[in-house]
Amino acid sequence: MPERYHVHVVPTPPRFHRVGKYGNVDWREDCSRCTNCVKLRCLYNVYKSEAAYNRDPESPVVTLDECKACLSCVQGCTKGLLSVSINPGYLDMGDDYWKPDVLLTTWNQADSGKIPVSGAGYRGKFYGYGFDSIWTDMSEIVRPTRDGIHGREYISTAVDIGPKPMRLRFGADGSLLTPSSPLIELPLPVILDMPAWQVECQHLAEARALAAKHLGTLAVIPVEEVGELDPQLLPYVAPLFGETAGWSAFDRAREQLDHVRMVHLTDSGQVAGMFHIFQESRANIVVAVRMTLTPSTADRIMELAKVGMRVFEVIADQHGRETLADGAPGRHLKDTLRAIHGRLVAAGIRDEVTIIVSGGIALAEHMAKAIICGADAIALDTPLLVALGCRVCRDKTRCCTPNACPCEISAVEPGYGAQRIVNLMGAWHSQLLEVLGAMGIREARRLRGETGRAIFMEDIEREAFGDLCRVSPEQVLS
Amino acid sequence: MTDWEQERVDRQVQPAPDRYRNALGKYKIDRLASCKGCGRCVEVCKYGVHIKPKGYTFTLRPQDQYCVGPDCAECADSCINQCPNHALVIRRNPTVDCMGDPRWSSDLILSTWHMAETGHTPPEHLECRRGETDGGFDKLVFSFEVEGYESRPVPAAVDPNEIDLSLDLNHRGDGRPQVHIDIPVYGGGMSFGSVSIHTILAKARAMTAWNSFTCTGEGGYHDRLRPYDDHVITQVATGLFGVREETIQRVRIVEFKYAQGAKPGLGGHLLGDKNTPPVARMREAVAGNALFSPFPFHSVYSVEDHKKHVDWIKEMNPTCLVSVKVSTPTDVDMVAVGSFYAGAHIVHLDGSYGGTGAAPDIAKKNIAMPIEYAIPKVHKFLVAEGIRDQITLIASGGIRTAYDALKAIALGADGVVIGTPEMVALGCVRCACCESGRGCPRGIATTDPELVEQMGLEWSTQRLINLQNAWREQMLDVLTRLGMKSIRELRGRSDVLCYIADDAAAGAGAAAGRAGAPVQAEEVAR
Repeated sequence: MPERYHVHVVPTPPRFHRVGKYGNVDWREDCSRCTNCVKLRCLYNVYKSEAAYNRDPESPVVTLDECKACLSCVQGCTKGLLSVSINPGYLDMGDDYWKPDVLLTTWNQADSGKIPVSGAGYRGKFYGYGFDSIWTDMSEIVRPTRDGIHGREYISTAVDIGPKPMRLRFGADGSLLTPSSPLIELPLPVILDMPAWQVECQHLAEARALAAKHLGTLAVIPVEEVGELDPQLLPYVAPLFGETAGWSAFDRAREQLDHVRMVHLTDSGQVAGMFHIFQESRANIVVAVRMTLTPSTADRIMELAKVGMRVFEVIADQHGRETLADGAPGRHLKDTLRAIHGRLVAAGIRDEVTIIVSGGIALAEHMAKAIICGADAIALDTPLLVALGCRVCRDKTRCCTPNACPCEISAVEPGYGAQRIVNLMGAWHSQLLEVLGAMGIREARRLRGETGRAIFMEDIEREAFGDLCRVSPEQVLS
Repeated sequence: MTDWEQERVDRQVQPAPDRYRNALGKYKIDRLASCKGCGRCVEVCKYGVHIKPKGYTFTLRPQDQYCVGPDCAECADSCINQCPNHALVIRRNPTVDCMGDPRWSSDLILSTWHMAETGHTPPEHLECRRGETDGGFDKLVFSFEVEGYESRPVPAAVDPNEIDLSLDLNHRGDGRPQVHIDIPVYGGGMSFGSVSIHTILAKARAMTAWNSFTCTGEGGYHDRLRPYDDHVITQVATGLFGVREETIQRVRIVEFKYAQGAKPGLGGHLLGDKNTPPVARMREAVAGNALFSPFPFHSVYSVEDHKKHVDWIKEMNPTCLVSVKVSTPTDVDMVAVGSFYAGAHIVHLDGSYGGTGAAPDIAKKNIAMPIEYAIPKVHKFLVAEGIRDQITLIASGGIRTAYDALKAIALGADGVVIGTPEMVALGCVRCACCESGRGCPRGIATTDPELVEQMGLEWSTQRLINLQNAWREQMLDVLTRLGMKSIRELRGRSDVLCYIADDAAAGAGAAAGRAGAPVQAEEVAR
């Protein structure tokens, strides 16, 4: 049995006090100073930590950010002076895809590295956009994994990146004719990509590379910046060649290329030429083509596959959508991925090709669902920034410049940043195990394209309610 | 068979007001300093919001929870308009926005509180039928809730007093005793450890009053449940905590818990903080250790093994019924049929949006299907197999209101199991902090000796008895409107339901006028 893959998480407190969900209104002037004040009885010591500032000027100003809204104080106050309300600053964070709840749970996971567990049932909408309209299956009685995730059995989250020839060819004398092809085994189906909008700085690149080393995966870093990294990190770095990079870029990076295992080429007219340069001079490096997700991505992948390319990274927008010709957003990943996957299956080359997907992967469940829809692995972008404290304000003119970011992202110390990323990945890894364990699937490779083990809202809604009389919302009597 | 003397609990509705000093209302009335204490508001308010005890100079703080809101406030004779000094102001209470979520909207919580307090249907300003999730039960309405239903042939008049809400649970005809419950509802399993002993006992006592059942959950059979043995289901879950021969032999129903809807495929979770010494003693475990139950049963890896399990229980208790609780994978219909052939009397489906004391967030939302999808799937399959009338189908996991329960039955279930509505009736605000630390800050889902004392047993029993009475009233009302004399007539009658579709052609609802038949093509064309 292989050694169990384990992510070593270390609790790493955030650099800033977080934005809390609740605030309170307190009519102090009516307070009767009774001795059984509800503030002293708060189970979470929210009021005590708030008041600490009054006694000790050194202690931080803590607002009611840790309030859980159990409402015990509101309902118990002798004179009924307290109210709780939702903090508008909390609701202002992020957008309708990167919801405040998403940011909060990502911060918590980056703090502790633990899988989020809570009481009470599911609290959200019945279904939602994109991945929120998929449920994964589970296996009730008959199942191949016997012990679930807490048992003795090993569930592997490893995936392979690289060309995977379906058969070997031998010469008459028994010598191997098929050239040996490089294959990278990642212990978890994640590579660490560049954030989509943040001004890239060396600190972040280094943090990603350190985290990649710790996790045994890869960090995508622009080739121009690779030279400044510690050479020991290079096996965990995948240099990215830009659209216009040609032979000269390759030549400049010659020294670093001796150590890397994978490179990313941005898709362009000359990508095939670059690919052949690598094939001829650096056959031990996995070459991935990085392309924006558009309605014609499947065609482009087929085209490049014909000239021998086998690894593709498709990049959706930040809400997980393809980009149409006019720049407008199109379908969500859950549909486009299934289309690409189906196309490769029909062409008979699915198992030879690796599809990595990025953009719009915000939560651990999105990782599992993207794989179910047909990706081999995901490339993480925005969640890595969120792990470092980003609030996804995405204000390019004001915030997302090196010195204006309210979370001072560019001031993150690389080791600290790396640990936050490792923690987040540790939590995601545990959550992937939960999904795999519940499904009774023993390895992440088997999850790819398993749409039969998922429940799609459109299908099940039709099956369950298709025979009911349909009425419009206006017709319902209040 | 129990050898313990059984206690009777009266099925009597009595007021059980909120146990906190300041009850929460949907609206909040502020009394400004210009109030002279004339008492005019006390005279005009029909709802008891304003109280001025004899001898007091000023009125008490307004009882916000009884205020019915702007509809009343805008009338000329409301307290707001009648106050000579304009000292009263009404607004939506900001605190209730912090309570609940789309599934359990603040209205649903407040209306459940109202039902638990009074035992009757809540007033109109509190929505008590549907939540705000925009899917599932919240997208289904009864045909009489749709415009144009008046034109439908009026069902034969039914006297509400003659309507029968009771269920028989044994349809196998296998010679085992019949178990009869007076309401189509019983209580879900909540273990000692996840909830307090008061919560467990209140559930048992209320269900004793209603001649129904409660379930032990997987944490063992507490000795204080013995006086209610006849109304307790012993749960045998994958952790087998506290399961002993005696606990199986003393009850009328034994439940196998294969999976729980909120964490399907994962086994029970009790985090270390809540594994206090008394809990650990009952579970025969070490206090302070987190207890993760295995999944699945270590002795069941096939349907044949499952039958062996059922046979084992039947052998040990020759008079009990066997219930099999499963969650809702894509092949849930096959699981249900397999359970029937293995000898189960009850198949209990637990949908994925159900409650829990602790579960990974990823499991609550993403694994297995919600109960609304599973019920019709299983019901139709059992009908096609020709065994529908030989098994009792019970649905749970996301049943929040009496309307949800009725919709579940119309979709094909015989009855429902509830959990969260009972917790809400006891004062839960859905803050989702049950899992760690000292547990529930409101004393419901905790075993912390201090926090438990926030809630008394008499009060909590009464709240649950009241809740069931209010649900019963609503069920009778719906059945009367549908012209049905028994809850059993409603089973599988999905034709009395309509689906709210955003893209439904306007005017198609006329179909509801035709006893809710599916829309015909020509009607849409028209």
